[in-house]
Amino acid sequence: MPESPAQPELLTTVIEPRAGWQPVDLEELWRYRELLFILALRDIRVRYKQTALGATWAIIQPLMTMAIFTVIQQMGNLPTDDLAKPLFNFCGLLPWQLFASSMANAGNSIISNQNLVTKVYFPRLVIPIASIITGLVDFAIAFGVLLLMMVWYQAPIQPQILLMPVFVALAFMAALAVGLWLAALNVEYRDVRYVIPFLTQFWLFCTPILYSSTGVQSEWKRILLGVNPMSGVVEGFRWCLLGKPAPGPMLAVSAITIIVMLVGGLFYFRRMEKGFADLV
Amino acid sequence: MSDTAIQVQGLSKLYQIGASRTYKTVRESMMSMLSSPFRSVGRVLGSANTPDPSTQLWALKDVSFDVARGEVVGIIGRNGAGKSTLLKVLSRITEPTTGLIKINGRVGSLLEVGTGFHPELTGRENIYLNGAILGMKRWEITRKFDEIVAFSEIEKFIDTPVKRYSSGMYTRLAFAVAANLEPEILVVDEVLAVGDAQFQKKCLGKMKDVARGGRTVLFVSHNMRAVEQLCTSIVQLDRGQVKQCSANVHEIITRYLVGGAESEQNASWTNPGGEYKSEFFTPSRFYITDATGAVAAPVQRNNAELWLNVEGNVATFDRGLNIGYAVINEDGQHVYWSYMCDTQESDWPQLQAGRVSLRTRLPSRLLNEGNYRIELIATLYHRMWLMEPGVKAPNISLQIQGGLTDSPQWEGRHGVLTPIFKWELGRSVG
Repeated sequence: MPESPAQPELLTTVIEPRAGWQPVDLEELWRYRELLFILALRDIRVRYKQTALGATWAIIQPLMTMAIFTVIQQMGNLPTDDLAKPLFNFCGLLPWQLFASSMANAGNSIISNQNLVTKVYFPRLVIPIASIITGLVDFAIAFGVLLLMMVWYQAPIQPQILLMPVFVALAFMAALAVGLWLAALNVEYRDVRYVIPFLTQFWLFCTPILYSSTGVQSEWKRILLGVNPMSGVVEGFRWCLLGKPAPGPMLAVSAITIIVMLVGGLFYFRRMEKGFADLV
Repeated sequence: MSDTAIQVQGLSKLYQIGASRTYKTVRESMMSMLSSPFRSVGRVLGSANTPDPSTQLWALKDVSFDVARGEVVGIIGRNGAGKSTLLKVLSRITEPTTGLIKINGRVGSLLEVGTGFHPELTGRENIYLNGAILGMKRWEITRKFDEIVAFSEIEKFIDTPVKRYSSGMYTRLAFAVAANLEPEILVVDEVLAVGDAQFQKKCLGKMKDVARGGRTVLFVSHNMRAVEQLCTSIVQLDRGQVKQCSANVHEIITRYLVGGAESEQNASWTNPGGEYKSEFFTPSRFYITDATGAVAAPVQRNNAELWLNVEGNVATFDRGLNIGYAVINEDGQHVYWSYMCDTQESDWPQLQAGRVSLRTRLPSRLLNEGNYRIELIATLYHRMWLMEPGVKAPNISLQIQGGLTDSPQWEGRHGVLTPIFKWELGRSVG
């Protein structure tokens, strides 16, 4: 009989206007982990439906870029740290693709999910995070291709490959950091949509992918290059996969930049999220 | 543990409407940043807006009421009374401006059936997606999966992408997921307006079951019959404020329906002042005239020649400006909308900046007998509403009585419309 009200644990919610900067409610985010997972799953399932080449697109893009970069390096006689040019490029493009596509997806995520934002409650942070998780699938596919290339070029597997997840996490955090700022701004300023492709292109050439950071002679300036968070991540990838010298201080600068941007992004996003449903 | 499920105290919600609803571009922000750098930086970073009273709308103002556990509360009121805003605040989609709500229990809100349905995904995938969005756990959905599918009556198509579904199937599936939600408090907005009569009955029955199980239901509807059948008490809103709040359901509804007839019987609307102000179009008058050009009486025969007139001012002419009207019946259903740009482009009225005056003939021999609300609506194509139907728009009312036909054989008809069509003999009999 459902008649017995056996003192259920009732959740009491208090709704009142919040003022000022809010920290992230991690506990609530954790309660909604299932939604996070299922939204990411939705994006993954939908992404390549009704495409002729399907998941091959995850490989085609970095492969084409790699080919173009290789040609440019041949013609311009650019140094690639004595590594095979295609390998050098692909290894740099791998975290870059993860970062760039995730950043763009996260930046547009609130707008493209406005039917959810205006109809149901859940921590809004779930949306950009889910959109970035989606990027990890493409990353995994492309990573498989890189492993094949390493076999082809007979590049030895380094022990530091075990540290690769750290760099993936850094790329993920960098994408989330920038994505959060863009997503929140996008709700009010639709210009952001047009800024994203431009930003991506600009940022690509500021990151040592086509060229190597070792081309920068002064140690001091090289460290400064780390202010671009992706410099540290890309060089970190080349370190743990291809055995280039460890990026050291530059990586530290990148990591600090990422953390500062991420914390700022989280606070800004939380501050703006209460207006999302009204503004979007 | 108290027996109150929901406690609302002094709840208010302020909206910025009109010009500030447009999306700002970075250029505008930068210009204002140049003129007043410090305030603008703060503005972009989301600090307090400078209030402009002419564009403010109190969608809710000082609303207070309590809901006991196990009650089914109907929330009624005219369009723009604040019902939907109240539900949005209750389901935490938007924040109140002032006030406090205490909720004991998990809230499942259903402001739209099929929230988050993705057309490319199959019925099965969408059940999990929609369930998760509405706050169900994966195992809960799995446990109820068969029940959901049976309720929706779409077993055969469960692995077909929902974009191939008919709208009926889509709605049934969406409601089936929501109906199997088991929160302590269920918030429902006008879901019964969809689906065929039989399915509506089924939904109503399901909601009764939910209530009988001791859970609390908050239910917004324009369908007074459904409200009367289902609800144990009523909160009536009027212009953002609680007008009545009582368990005397039948009496409130009767008075509400009658009250509507007398207070809004008005075939002409004149802008009292700064309302609906916009540089693109500010209406000044909205009224119906008869064949002689005089303002029409509020009760008309169905075959009368009636003209709908709009007067207003356009400060900046925008090519996307589209003015029209919506006809809404007593149940809150939109009978139809008409816009001045519905025809081919060469037939559109050529508007220019300055005073504008438009008119259109209301179709005769179309609307069944009854009371209608006619709302003046206007939009900037694909950008924003200037006057949004069902939300906030100038409105007048029209009652249709008699004149339905010239035929000697005619009794009252069901149906929203009563058009007259000619019949003829078929071409061949054999």
